[in-house]
Amino acid sequence: MRAVTWHGRHDVRVDSVPDPEIVNPRDAIIKVTSTAICGSDLHLYDGYIPTMRAGDILGHENMGEVVEVGPKSTLEIGQRVVIPFTISCGSCFFCGKQQYSACDNANPATTSDMSETLYGYPMGSAFGYAHLTGGYAGGQAEYLRVPYSDIGPIVIPDGLEDDKVLFLSDILPTGWMAAENAEIEDGDTVAVWGCGPVGLFAIQSALIMGAHRVIAIDHYPARLALARQMGAEILDYRDTDIREALFEMTGGIGPDACIDCVGMESHGLGIDNIVDTIKAHTFLGTDRPAALRQAILACRKGGRVSVPGVYGGMADKFPIGAFMEKGLTMKTGQTHVQKYSKQLLDMIGEGQVDTTFLISHHASLEDGPAMYKHWHDDQNEYTKIVLKPGMASTTPSRETEHAAA
Amino acid sequence: MPSDDRTRDYDDAPATTARDDDVQRQEAGRDEDAIVGRTVTIGRPRDEIYAFWRHLPNLAGVMENIERIDLVDDRRSRWLVKGPGGKSFEWEAVITEDEPGRLLAWQSVEGSDISHSGRVEFFDAAPGRGTMVRATLAYDPPGGLIGEWIAKLFQREPNLQARRDLRRLKQFLETGEISSSASPSARRSESPTEQAL
Repeated sequence: MRAVTWHGRHDVRVDSVPDPEIVNPRDAIIKVTSTAICGSDLHLYDGYIPTMRAGDILGHENMGEVVEVGPKSTLEIGQRVVIPFTISCGSCFFCGKQQYSACDNANPATTSDMSETLYGYPMGSAFGYAHLTGGYAGGQAEYLRVPYSDIGPIVIPDGLEDDKVLFLSDILPTGWMAAENAEIEDGDTVAVWGCGPVGLFAIQSALIMGAHRVIAIDHYPARLALARQMGAEILDYRDTDIREALFEMTGGIGPDACIDCVGMESHGLGIDNIVDTIKAHTFLGTDRPAALRQAILACRKGGRVSVPGVYGGMADKFPIGAFMEKGLTMKTGQTHVQKYSKQLLDMIGEGQVDTTFLISHHASLEDGPAMYKHWHDDQNEYTKIVLKPGMASTTPSRETEHAAA
Repeated sequence: MPSDDRTRDYDDAPATTARDDDVQRQEAGRDEDAIVGRTVTIGRPRDEIYAFWRHLPNLAGVMENIERIDLVDDRRSRWLVKGPGGKSFEWEAVITEDEPGRLLAWQSVEGSDISHSGRVEFFDAAPGRGTMVRATLAYDPPGGLIGEWIAKLFQREPNLQARRDLRRLKQFLETGEISSSASPSARRSESPTEQAL
């Protein structure tokens, strides 16, 4: 089959690889019909995530049609399913508490050592996201092996097209959990850093959960326009002093909850971020938490900070004094996708959440490498890219010719 | 963790977590040079895990390097282990302590390729949380070819193999299968040390 593969920093190709096979009794295999490129794929593209290996298949926002099942899968051939990006066994202590992304079993024994060293305990696992989280192949390919297929996949009823349900795989529940972690109360003002897909879904979710106001922060005009369309007030940090604006707009109280939808590769020209950038490029540090620092400093006394943005290593200049003295609460983590699947699928079916507004481009698998470049370089115009393995290539790129050679 | 007679009286830590090797040996009551210990929580009842372990051939299905375990009689078993370069090694082990649902201890018989002793203990975790399984392995690293092979088997870090095998045991008993990320890729090599970064 054909698959989008990672070969190094800013080097993504399309390769011919073997088709996946059933390995364990609870497995299933799907023929991929839609697979999106995620903002966190950019962390791989930029080479910030350790333990990627040249040749790994990318992609963790996947859906498709069931074509093969193991003897203990509960799926049926022909069903349309969305696949949560987290792989979860459903039977460990963590899955029992609905902390699915912390699953204790899905990360194979041979790949769980490094995260135990880094984080104290072995991490859960995910599709197409480095060997730290299991080394499972991703779904930016024609076919995908789905382990523990009796737990993860969400069966989609007829009549809901791919674009409406695809984001149940990651960014919709991630935005939803980000808002849930902000513990929104009546009258609350919620500030959201980053208007990428997760930020946009966090804005929508916060409003559904009863936020009085949402203030969105970014610097890409097209993304800020989408945030405004969702009902947020917007701030462009290139033109505006964000902390002063949030102070003034909340009458000197501050936002009740702050959501960092940016993560480890913060943009911005603050002196702290410039120092962090130099340290990251010289391997003296890893994460650049400029948005998180600002969120902590901007948050009202006794407020909440929710962090869906991805961090991987160490950060310094963390404003622990402001965090403690103001009595803030922080909640974070990879999304427990399976916990939210049913509720969000119902809301999509009833038209309560809009999931298609952010898609800017559909492209073939063969166009994958070119799309990664656009996703990285043209973030204003490319707000969400969905790859369709069944679609013919429209713009053969140099990268695909290279891969065929 | 319930205390027992090998636990230090000045704190409650398991013997294998002592910083000093001599203290480890003394408190574990072992003479061997190297001691590794590891605890894993498995969400199944104590008796069930003990029964799985007590039927020793079951372990060949979850332990990475064990090719086969044959029972000689109720207390004696023969272990066949695959080594690098297609070489195999074997030893005979005899069960020295057996308290159903609570503990199993074994010792390699004289003349085995690898002289070692082991002990696995089963404790109830908090109500509803299954069983804590603590394995302790003590061995004298032999010299020569076998010593080199042992070093490879334990992949530099002595705890590694024990911890991976216990994770596989947990996966199998909790999910019915052993997690595997075996999937297609365009990788040129499957060596875990081959990385682009």
